[in-house]
Amino acid sequence: MNGVKNNARAKRREPLTDAQLLMTISIGIFVAMYALAMIFMGGGFLKVQQIFDLLNDNAALIIVASALTIVMIGGGINISVGGVISLTCMACAIFLNAHTGGLSIPLATLLALGIGLAFGAGMGFLVSYLEIQPFIVSLAGMFLARGLTTMLSVNPVKVAHEGFLALVKSKIKISWLGYVAQNGNLIPAKLEIGAVVALLVVLVMALLLRYVRLGRNIYALGGNRQSALMLGINVKRTCFMSYVISGLLSGIAGFVFLTHKPAGNASVAMRSEMDAIAASIIGGTLLTGGVGNVIGTLFGVLILATIQKIIALSPLNASWWQDMASGAMLGFFIILQSVVLSYRSKQKK
Amino acid sequence: MQNDVVLKMRGITKQFPGTLALDEVDFTLNKGEIHALMGENGAGKSTLIKVLTGVYEKDGGSIWVEGGEGEAHIHSPQDAQNIGISTVYQEITLCPNLTVAENMFIGRTSGQVVNWKECEKRAGEILSNLGIPARPRQQLGTCSLAVQQMVAIGRAVDMQCKVLILDEPTSSLDDKEVESLFKLMRDLKSRGVGIIFVTHFLEQVYEVCDRITVLRNGQLVGEYPIEELPQVELVAKMMGKSLDDLADFEAVGEKSTGAKEVVYEANGLSSTDCRPYDFSIRRGEVNGFTGLLGSGRSESVRAIFGADRVTGGKVRVKGKDVKITNPHEAMKNGIGYLPEDRKRDGIIADLSVRENIILALQVMKGFFHPMSKAQMKQFADEYIKALQIKTASQDTPIKSLSGGNQQKVILARWLLTHPDYLILDEPTRGIDVGTKLEIQKLVLKLAEENMSVTFISSEIEEMLRTCSRLIVMRDRKIVGELTGEQLTQGYVMKTIAGGEQ
Repeated sequence: MNGVKNNARAKRREPLTDAQLLMTISIGIFVAMYALAMIFMGGGFLKVQQIFDLLNDNAALIIVASALTIVMIGGGINISVGGVISLTCMACAIFLNAHTGGLSIPLATLLALGIGLAFGAGMGFLVSYLEIQPFIVSLAGMFLARGLTTMLSVNPVKVAHEGFLALVKSKIKISWLGYVAQNGNLIPAKLEIGAVVALLVVLVMALLLRYVRLGRNIYALGGNRQSALMLGINVKRTCFMSYVISGLLSGIAGFVFLTHKPAGNASVAMRSEMDAIAASIIGGTLLTGGVGNVIGTLFGVLILATIQKIIALSPLNASWWQDMASGAMLGFFIILQSVVLSYRSKQKK
Repeated sequence: MQNDVVLKMRGITKQFPGTLALDEVDFTLNKGEIHALMGENGAGKSTLIKVLTGVYEKDGGSIWVEGGEGEAHIHSPQDAQNIGISTVYQEITLCPNLTVAENMFIGRTSGQVVNWKECEKRAGEILSNLGIPARPRQQLGTCSLAVQQMVAIGRAVDMQCKVLILDEPTSSLDDKEVESLFKLMRDLKSRGVGIIFVTHFLEQVYEVCDRITVLRNGQLVGEYPIEELPQVELVAKMMGKSLDDLADFEAVGEKSTGAKEVVYEANGLSSTDCRPYDFSIRRGEVNGFTGLLGSGRSESVRAIFGADRVTGGKVRVKGKDVKITNPHEAMKNGIGYLPEDRKRDGIIADLSVRENIILALQVMKGFFHPMSKAQMKQFADEYIKALQIKTASQDTPIKSLSGGNQQKVILARWLLTHPDYLILDEPTRGIDVGTKLEIQKLVLKLAEENMSVTFISSEIEEMLRTCSRLIVMRDRKIVGELTGEQLTQGYVMKTIAGGEQ
């Protein structure tokens, strides 16, 4: 009995791991930033809908940032995710316009998953079994996906499928989180399907990384590839699976993107791989691998989105200010991470 | 098979292209013993271990492990683990970003979902059982190296291991950490685990081991109970000398030890890899650092050249106080260094012989003062002739030359800069006997021309032939400085072995 008590106390006292520490920092910064926005900018920031809008507008980014996080934890990189989003959007838009049957939406979902899976598996094979540099492989994947998108249609393709447009408009309304407008009407908080999917993805991936053997193997792989091999982990398969998951998530992100803006377009999600990398890093993922967390990544996306919102509502409203603020934030986080981690390793000695 | 034998290897043979790495080697490990596997570089220790752990496939011989039916067939590290052979390597092969418990269980759980609660509980039991000061949920990277090493051992032990191989586990630990590791080893021994201990530290062998197996040049020299093999005899066996050789006082040739001025002098010089030491060399003197592999002889001269991060000490070159913290400063002060590992630190494989010869001089002149092609050709020709470098032309890539000729090219590189003081770290390793003699002669000739040379070699005869002063190192400390009459094989080996006779 006594032992159990001691055990529980020991658990509470255990210092955070590097991954947990970096995630905590980014959650803290998000909360502080949002609180300051509530105090000084008020207005929209006081409504729950504001947070829901951040999720609605960035659902696809949250999903691909999770995909990037998983690959980066394993010590890899995948810059093809934006291309795969645009290809999935275009392919699904064309498919939905050509098939109006009742099963066409589930089939389009399968198509999105199939495209993502094909890209993920293909790149994963090249990276893990043929041992080609992941940056080059996914650069090739990006060009291929963008090229295929334009091949399918040079012009934007708007989705005309009625069932799908109904899906786009459908929102989950939560009235008790809503607010009362000036005319006295209660306006409920609205969450789009895509945002729900994104939150589910984050939850599932967090559980996968924490509790499933594959998830821990990915951390081991990124921590030290040689050690992982010596510890009896199938390093190649683990690496392959991390790319398969990231491909699959890119496909899901593409479909989610279509539910937010129902049109295929060659220039869709043009920079999203870079935003996703930035969000992962701000969320506490190290480019060197082995450290990271999808919950942190969710907050990484929210931090970037909040900065953009704040600037959009401020007198500095211009895209260059948004870019510069995002850049400054990224730089700040990288410096903060290296300071915190080097302070930690000094403390150890 | 006797009851207390846990591992029997008989007639193990392993062939690599060009060399016979293991030649009919036998090895026997008993239950509950710590068995040292000793040998100098290239003796075949690591090959034997890699055969045993399934990293290499053996070409001949057989292995029996207690409890196994008939011969054991080991084709991969996994096979070795499955029959109870676990290895803890010199470099820690764990993941610093995971927790202690995860490191102990990852890669060997069944099922897709891992019950980390259960793993943490079991890890906690193992840790407290073995007295390892780590907590299951602690991130491994926050533990000291010794504790990380122990966690690796904890993982190995939990896998029901009968044979535990410790491959130089102490090389990065300090004295206190080594002590706690030894305590753990003795504890495992009392539980009946057979431990194979590979180390370069002689004193550690005599502290924990029960028996010693000595290998040399891929062959078994013998297996001895620890009390029957005094330290000096162990050194003689590792170096391939009999005790008769030790008694043989070899006449030492005349070497100039004239009292010329001191060219280089260091007081309390230390680097990240070597402890503070004093050293000096006179003009035209040839001296040497000797000791077993891992004794710190290379690390010491690397500090002179600034090849590792210098952490302290006063250095005087030709009577002037100077600071040497990197190779470039060393070169500017007239010091040249021919590294031990020419593949890693010396040659630039894809460049031509000429470019490799010119390199150091060019660096000294600075890259903004290019030499003319004609001048470079002239220099290259001069030294190819002087050192009799066998190459098709000076444009041949250096990688297509033989090892001995590559070594001569690097030597030429340094001679071209006309250093006052040249350090040669194992210049004769892996090259044929003829070239070895040429290099030795060259060293003596350079000394006659007033160059000071520090010479390091694993072969004592070679050092005796060239050096007028030998600095002897053991376990990273200078344990003796021999001159004149003391320069005999026997005396040198006794100094290297040290300790009780």
